[in-house]
Amino acid sequence: MLNAWEVASIVAVVAGVVGFFTVMRGSAFAAHAIPNGAFAGASGATLIGASTLLGLGVFALFGALAIGLLGRRGRQDVATALALVMMLGLGALFLSFSDQYAPAVYSLLFGEVLGISSNEIVPTAVLGVVCIAAIAAIYRPLMLSSVLPEVGEAHGIGRFRMEMLFLIILALATAMTVPVVGTLLIFSLMVGAPAAARSFTDRPLLAMALSVAFALAIVWIAIAASYETNYPVGFYVGTASAVAYTIGRLWAWWRNKTPADRTPMRPSQLPTAR
Amino acid sequence: MSFVLGAIFAPGFFTSEPVHIALAIGAVAAIVTGTVGVFTVARGQSFAGEAFGDIGTTGGSGAFLIGVGPLWGFVIGNLLAAGAMEAIGIQRARGRDLATGVVLGASIGLAALFLYLATTEQSTTGATVTILFGSVFTIASSTIPLVLALSAVVLGLMFTLYRPLLLATVSPEMAAARGIPVRLVGALYLVALALGAALAAITIGSLLGTALLVGPAASALRLTKRPLLAMATAAGIGIAAMWLGVVLAYDSYEWPPVGHGWPVSFFVVTIVFIGYLASGLPGRRRGGRDQTPAAATPAPRLPAGD
Repeated sequence: MLNAWEVASIVAVVAGVVGFFTVMRGSAFAAHAIPNGAFAGASGATLIGASTLLGLGVFALFGALAIGLLGRRGRQDVATALALVMMLGLGALFLSFSDQYAPAVYSLLFGEVLGISSNEIVPTAVLGVVCIAAIAAIYRPLMLSSVLPEVGEAHGIGRFRMEMLFLIILALATAMTVPVVGTLLIFSLMVGAPAAARSFTDRPLLAMALSVAFALAIVWIAIAASYETNYPVGFYVGTASAVAYTIGRLWAWWRNKTPADRTPMRPSQLPTAR
Repeated sequence: MSFVLGAIFAPGFFTSEPVHIALAIGAVAAIVTGTVGVFTVARGQSFAGEAFGDIGTTGGSGAFLIGVGPLWGFVIGNLLAAGAMEAIGIQRARGRDLATGVVLGASIGLAALFLYLATTEQSTTGATVTILFGSVFTIASSTIPLVLALSAVVLGLMFTLYRPLLLATVSPEMAAARGIPVRLVGALYLVALALGAALAAITIGSLLGTALLVGPAASALRLTKRPLLAMATAAGIGIAAMWLGVVLAYDSYEWPPVGHGWPVSFFVVTIVFIGYLASGLPGRRRGGRDQTPAAATPAPRLPAGD
């Protein structure tokens, strides 16, 4: 239980930070596709007896590269969709060869946070630190390239290079978070919390902090509720994320309605960080 | 001659009833998804299409839980989700990703609950895999009328919507200036997309339905810019992928490991993916101009005479 608490908190912090940029860049589809496709890597790893984390990592990176490279020469969303289904197709093949599937599939897809052992804490923490450090290292160019890509390019920040870097960070975050909350739900954590945070503030750093706070709150509530009721954690993560987003939207709507606060800046447009 | 045919089609291929059903359903689904998919790609709504596939999981597992056919679950779940996305604001390009994402996240949470209940209370552990990865070989013949009816509804909707939708896709401003209710057209298209995705989901599994929806259409749009021709091409590619997939999956019972077929969805997805890569080749030889996002949108033949 304590293990679950610690690991899930690390996951929430990373999801909050990486998710903030996911929402800023409009990369929700990639954030959905990479974890989902990485699931195939996990099932492949189980098939050949390798470590699940390795399988997840390899497929997440593979997916990130495929999305980035295919997307450069075609439509980004089409490239993402096709990379995703190709990985899932391989996953279906691996699954059909392995015998022990159903329960394992379920826990990979929807997570099994309460079953985390203490030797999973260290790798998760290390990968988490790497992700946060990577984001911190490229914070300014990434922020500029996310908000105003043209201005970024004028400053010599290549759009494609930033996209690839971001996708690789997303892949790393995926590899560490999937064993905890599952492939399908890391996504709602990465989108729900930051999207809610953006409704409350226009300032990037504050929004990022809020996003981390929301992600932590969602995960903590989900674990506690799941522990009490025995229902899957994923259900509570998904529901809590949707509730957080709804509250954010209501807040933005209410604030826009009061005339005193009506500013030309819309909550959906964050100012650039310089 | 018969030797060659025998090598391609394993014995019993033409007499097996599941194969007949698979070929028929596959063709119908390919035609519908090809028609819908061209607009999905042109409007940049691949994510919504993919989301409907996953949301179908929720509907499918919910249907499984209360004991009705999965197709009903797919259809109802997707229609509800289409309504929610429209309400959140899928019509604005900027918020589209988020609207899709939030609905998808909530729905996956529900799926987790439904599947948990289905596997613990009814102790049928196979449900997860069947719903997620489905197989065209397991479709009951009693589902066929429902599939056909649904296809007719989607094709009818697309036929009715075709002109306003084309204009709204290519130039929303011009469409609005001509008095086309752009938002309503978008919402109706979302309904068609939701139903088309449900069909794709029943055919090759909810997680892989996107392959049929997006892949052939994207390939077709790389080959031609004319919308109707693109639809026909997409349907053709889809049918080819489905049928080839069925043949290969049937043959694969004799591949290693012996006595264990490879999943048909794997073959379909692989063929679709290869098709997409191959469709980029002609454009590349001409200098690669065709792959720019702007050129991938169908150049419309605007409605003449009005």
